[in-house]
Amino acid sequence: MRIPILKLHDCLLVSIQWELDDQTALQFQEDLLKKIHDTSANGVVIDLTSIDFIDSFIAKVLGDVIEMSHLMGAKVVITGIQPAVAITLTELGIGLNNVLTALDLEKGLEKLQQELGE
Amino acid sequence: MDNQSCVKIINEWDIVSARQLGRNVAKELGFGTVDQARITTAISELARNIFLYAGQGQICIEKMYESGKVGLRIISIDKGPGISDIRQVMEDGYSTSGGLGAGLPGVKRLMDEFMIDSNPGEGTDIQATKWLR
Repeated sequence: MRIPILKLHDCLLVSIQWELDDQTALQFQEDLLKKIHDTSANGVVIDLTSIDFIDSFIAKVLGDVIEMSHLMGAKVVITGIQPAVAITLTELGIGLNNVLTALDLEKGLEKLQQELGE
Repeated sequence: MDNQSCVKIINEWDIVSARQLGRNVAKELGFGTVDQARITTAISELARNIFLYAGQGQICIEKMYESGKVGLRIISIDKGPGISDIRQVMEDGYSTSGGLGAGLPGVKRLMDEFMIDSNPGEGTDIQATKWLR
């Protein structure tokens, strides 16, 4: 199953709605970069509200896709990280440093606009 | 055994099955959402280690009832190459796979008890337990 990527003005919106397996995560990485290329999007919001756990593999794929998007000139904001996910990621020893985050989709889009406005 | 269910780890889809099994048992035992996430994440890390380093093995989830306490034990067994320097793999940031190196020390922090037994050439046996508070 592929994760849908929606275009909104010059941004892309992604809502991850189900537990990611390795293949889906890697496919998403490729799909997002291609979509950034095809739409010339400046920013991406990835919403994780429905995700109830993230392991080191998924964290690495997410961190990598953020890095890759930056290389292509698009900023990424991660939104909706649940309390349980924040706790386990930190205990696991994963900081996701230098990643833009926001509480929810609305705040994420605001943050993205601020970042892109500068 | 009634209190134990196992998933064979052969391909990456089995990692998903092992997590789902663990999450279901954690829910059934009454663990809250944060502990469910800890248990699911720990299983995912252990199952991935089997898949990456040993090729195959199994993850068993055991319901624990000990002196009035209820808990969940994850048992990870493989007959892979084993670990020659356990102290080294228990250091944060150590990795041979180019991953994040969060593996075993992370699992230890997520769970309440952690035990590892490994011999080079024979395989690795890990038990990690979370108790219901």
